[in-house]
Amino acid sequence: MKKLLSGNEAIALGAYESGVKVAAAYPGTPSTEILENLAKYPGLWAEWSPNEKVALDVAIGAAYAGQRALATMKMVGLNVAADSLFYVAYTGLVGGLVIVTADDPGMHSSQNEQDNRQYARFAKVPMVEPSDSQECKDFVGYALDISERFDAPVLLRTTTRVAHSQTAVEVEERSGPQGDGEPKSYKRDKAKYVMVPGYARARHPVVEQRLKDLAEFAETFEGNRIEWGSPDLGIISGGIAYQYAREVFKDASFLKLGMSYPLPERKIKEFASKVKRLLVVEDLDPFWEEQVRLMGVEVEGKKYFPMIGEFSPDVVRAGAVKAGLMEEKALAPVELPELPGRPPILCPGCRHRGVFFVLSKLKAVVNGDIGCYALGVNPPLAAVDTTGCMGASFGVVHGVNKAGIVERAVGVLGDSTFFHSGIAPLINIVYNGSNSTTIILDNHTTAMTGHQENPGTGRTLLGEPTDAIDIENLVRAIGVKDVRVVDPYDLKAVEAALKGAFATEGPSVIIATGPCVLKTREKRGVIVVDGERCNGCGLCLRVGCAAVVRASDKLVRIDELQCTGCTLCMQTCARKAMSLVEQGGR
Amino acid sequence: MLTQMSSETKNVLFAGVGGQGAMLASEILALVAVEAGYDIKQTEVHGAAQRGGAVASHVRYGERVHSPVIRRGEADLLVAFEKLEALRYAHYLRDGAHIVVNDEEVEPAKLDKSRLYPREGVDFLKSKGFKVIVVPATKKAIELGNHRVASTVLLGVASGLLNLKQESWEKVLEKRILPHLLDINRRAFALGLELAK
Repeated sequence: MKKLLSGNEAIALGAYESGVKVAAAYPGTPSTEILENLAKYPGLWAEWSPNEKVALDVAIGAAYAGQRALATMKMVGLNVAADSLFYVAYTGLVGGLVIVTADDPGMHSSQNEQDNRQYARFAKVPMVEPSDSQECKDFVGYALDISERFDAPVLLRTTTRVAHSQTAVEVEERSGPQGDGEPKSYKRDKAKYVMVPGYARARHPVVEQRLKDLAEFAETFEGNRIEWGSPDLGIISGGIAYQYAREVFKDASFLKLGMSYPLPERKIKEFASKVKRLLVVEDLDPFWEEQVRLMGVEVEGKKYFPMIGEFSPDVVRAGAVKAGLMEEKALAPVELPELPGRPPILCPGCRHRGVFFVLSKLKAVVNGDIGCYALGVNPPLAAVDTTGCMGASFGVVHGVNKAGIVERAVGVLGDSTFFHSGIAPLINIVYNGSNSTTIILDNHTTAMTGHQENPGTGRTLLGEPTDAIDIENLVRAIGVKDVRVVDPYDLKAVEAALKGAFATEGPSVIIATGPCVLKTREKRGVIVVDGERCNGCGLCLRVGCAAVVRASDKLVRIDELQCTGCTLCMQTCARKAMSLVEQGGR
Repeated sequence: MLTQMSSETKNVLFAGVGGQGAMLASEILALVAVEAGYDIKQTEVHGAAQRGGAVASHVRYGERVHSPVIRRGEADLLVAFEKLEALRYAHYLRDGAHIVVNDEEVEPAKLDKSRLYPREGVDFLKSKGFKVIVVPATKKAIELGNHRVASTVLLGVASGLLNLKQESWEKVLEKRILPHLLDINRRAFALGLELAK
């Protein structure tokens, strides 16, 4: 039976069918849906860990305990988990371990465009790379087998277009988990698993030999296949780039790499010897091209295809034109006029808006973080000055304050980001004593990635109730004495809290609390504008809400479908021209 | 029926603003194509899509489909959930392609003062030779009792332009729509199909 599945759904199905017993992740686009879907299957443990490093350590523990295990993350999550990747590359494991890295060429929702194939070479571990959902499902099984056979963690790389595209997958009628999943007796082997220098030195040669064995295995691995076409042109490709290349180079011969690392040298040389011209078509870095060239094979690639941005059939075709393989042809029958953009903005009714409005008003320097609140950078709020990676805000603001600036600097992050990597830098602010104000925007969810549970929500990924970590108590336990909890819908209260915190010597924390409006779908009512009182001054437009628009007569109009009745715009109106008409909540 | 196919593979593009239902509509078309036995690929971008950004979903079905992404100048049909988004993706269309567009304008957040909402978008598209069908989908949906079924009205119109069996559409609607919303969606779909004629 054929079923339409996204790459992420297919990875979850493959993990279930292959008998994964423990899976852990931190949400991150485009990887999030893997664990959300895996959690629906019976007989396994799936969890949101506070961050990717914890998730990988959890999966490693399960693999040490003899069970098949999975850790999933977006590509920058592997930076967080890299420390753990490098030790498990040395120790190996008992049960199979697959680590999914979901890369995001084009940066649809990421802070950089790193190519995580480099991690396979860096950590000296194998990597497989599916090109559609069928392969996503199949390759999880292959990867677990490879992991157990070669005693190595296996990276499985997807990209946004593979993870989020839906394609047909053959699903067996009675598919279910393999293996018994029963507890096994713990296999102790200190020389293999205790990476003190003496033991680790003995492991390094094992890792190097393993890479050679894996390269030999790659020669016959069924995921690396040759599809013969015309001998005039040979294409080496893999991942989503393979699909685009197949679309563009209809007659060419293909070497399709299902295993991104290590490469099958003999197979590549054989393929190269039978084609007149050899091209590598790969997105981002020239990862394969450089290795193929080192084999002494004449090859071209990044000369024609870009290293920057997401590939598409149009991008690949443009490369083909550059390589002299195709005629240039005008593709678009229509030249478009310049259009206004539609960038993502904070939702109508978003509680973060109140905090950013006040920060903007007070002209504070804002060291921001990763989450919906990064959208506070957009005008008219334009309140965010830096955003780097998860948890950076609280460390950066401490550094800014130790250096000293004329303005006031604040660090801002959300509840899930605080649990992810905000706690250690807050400890640093207390320990090393900086006069830093930090703000935790606590909307009781992991909003940007689609409302996942986190340690503060009181529920696990499986939907079971659990003890919620109390942020205020945690902050006080760390030693912050000036802690203020405010309702971000109350602009006066937010301003008073900020001014109070600024007047405090030493660390201060403001917790702006209230649920994500996109999750609760709350609608208190709608704001109505009194056309007699409104003079079109536009103060209310400075809250930057999509529901508040300037009408053709220059006065302000409220979009009733979008307005949630949060009153933030109303609070800014000096002429009292706005009022809230309450409605029954949805 | 679509005439003048650019290739054997059919390429349908859905465009709208996050939250309007373009994603669900494209998923329903994809499921109908599976039901009809085609190889099918569908792709979209998640992430910030719910937060007011422009969203697009590509659906490709045929004998054998490699790329999930439609090439520029090769889309057979564009289903736009508001007028500006119809304009934004028009360069994906082949000559003479169909555009089904909701008769609505969703103002973008004013980040860029220099560019105003283009009010003559539909006329511009008609002048380029596209077959534009303007559908009062949101108005009809509100009349039916739920503004969210505008997407199903548009899907009904689109179904009249695609070569997929009506039974397949009905089957997928029944499978994919929550039971308490099925009746209103069925009526919205039928209304759209009627408007296509």
